[in-house]
Amino acid sequence: MRRGWALLLALAAVALLAPLVAPYAPDALDLANRRAAPSVAHWFGTDDLGRDAFSRALFGGRVSIAIGLLSAAVAVTLGVAVGAASAYAGGWTDTVLMRATDAMLSVPRLLLLMVAAATLQPSVPTLVLLVGAVGWMETARVTRAAVRGLLGQDYVAAARAVGAGHVRVVSRHLLTNAAGGIRTAAVLAVGRAILVESALSFFGVGVQPPDASWGSMLYQAQSAMSTEPWLALFPGACIVVTVGGLTAVAERV
Amino acid sequence: MPLLLLVSALAFGLLQLVPGGPLEVYLSNPGVRPEDLERLRRALGLDRPLWVQYVSWLGAFLTGDWGYSFSDGRPVLVRVLERLPASAELLVVSLLLAVAAAVPAGIAAAVRRGTAVDRTLSGLAAVGVSLPAFWLGLMLQLVFAIGLGWLPSAGRAADGGLTARLPFILMPAVVLAFVHAAAWMRYLRGSLVDVLGATYLRAARARGVARGGELLRHALPNALAPVATVVLLDVALLVPGAVVTESVFAWPGVGSLFTEALGRRDYTVLLALLMASAVAVILFNLIADLVHAWLDPRVAA
Repeated sequence: MRRGWALLLALAAVALLAPLVAPYAPDALDLANRRAAPSVAHWFGTDDLGRDAFSRALFGGRVSIAIGLLSAAVAVTLGVAVGAASAYAGGWTDTVLMRATDAMLSVPRLLLLMVAAATLQPSVPTLVLLVGAVGWMETARVTRAAVRGLLGQDYVAAARAVGAGHVRVVSRHLLTNAAGGIRTAAVLAVGRAILVESALSFFGVGVQPPDASWGSMLYQAQSAMSTEPWLALFPGACIVVTVGGLTAVAERV
Repeated sequence: MPLLLLVSALAFGLLQLVPGGPLEVYLSNPGVRPEDLERLRRALGLDRPLWVQYVSWLGAFLTGDWGYSFSDGRPVLVRVLERLPASAELLVVSLLLAVAAAVPAGIAAAVRRGTAVDRTLSGLAAVGVSLPAFWLGLMLQLVFAIGLGWLPSAGRAADGGLTARLPFILMPAVVLAFVHAAAWMRYLRGSLVDVLGATYLRAARARGVARGGELLRHALPNALAPVATVVLLDVALLVPGAVVTESVFAWPGVGSLFTEALGRRDYTVLLALLMASAVAVILFNLIADLVHAWLDPRVAA
């Protein structure tokens, strides 16, 4: 748990400070050092244009992590809204919203997203919205379950009795006390969003040049696997470490 | 049924957003006059209200008329069906592999709970669920095809005996199986740990039923029933996984067809495959319900 958080904080700091930490500019060409294997000067090697793969991984991490965090923010906002509305309103609203959630959960979302991304050729902000739009269902379920469990509590009745409105009851009394479960769902949503973005970019329909994410770096590395295997190794390892850290933290919250 | 409507509406709606619309190729052709465009639009039914177009398309899909591929003009249904055997082969092999790995691993982790065995297996499973499948594929290719040269890096041997075909299917099947094996192993471990703590098993132990084999004979059937349901529900999820895996290994199945269509913006094929995968989800949901009812008679009642 501690170690998980420390790992994530370190990753976030490195990504945030990429311009200061990176030994080279991510798009600096060095034609004398093309396709160089990993060395002291170039930790992750260089690509066919002589760009430093380590610096590129740092800057790519910024894009991957930012898309992960922002898409998860979109997904969690939607999920909390749907889940809280569903639990609080009950009855018909609940039935309809939960049916919609179940249906969305069984939609093959990666395929739908791939088609959407190929059709819309999204910019990074649109990509964030798209990934967020298919990631809210798990949070909605968790929120609904937590809020429902709290509805019968005396303090909720007390708040109502002193004249608190619906919005106040939901936001101040129900959601604050349901925060634990929602937090876990949010952490998992970040990991899922990073994986989804990497898959979209790996198939060439996600982040487009000149922007690069870990997924789009792998997309480019795929064609040079036999000559520059290091280009395929490191960005993927970055994804595994990041998502693994998020999963570890979420499971022990 | 509502799921099919949702997917079809989403997919159909997406198609309306294609820049330029369906007649885009003609727009830039100087030989095509505006009145020609208008005639084409009427002939293709594109002048009808959107919902009429939607209903007629949905009706056609359900009766097996999936339209023609944009990229080679052949019927979409034919293109999908000719790819189906390769995908089915990969799915069945992966499924068997995943179950064969997940069940013993889950049992071992649950019985030896808290020991190094459990920690190793659970750790491996945790890696499995946070691993992008396509990257696992790349790494296997790197080691076993490019590095060691033991296995072909991509493709499929369509005919020939087992020895000719096995090397090709090995890596894609392992990749496709790994993610699901990890999830199922975690689920079985949790389920088994619950059952092992139940009262009737404490009673069995008190009666002198030995640990190990006898305990598993009492516990396993009850722990496996929910796992079987999850496995069947997840089989539908193997479909998107197959898209990723087949593309990495150039396995000539329906999944590769999807990414090929994606690259060529072949929308009729993409739309049909989206719908087909939704139908697969519905089908496996039904099967999972039936099997669950059969394994656990309380559900049927």
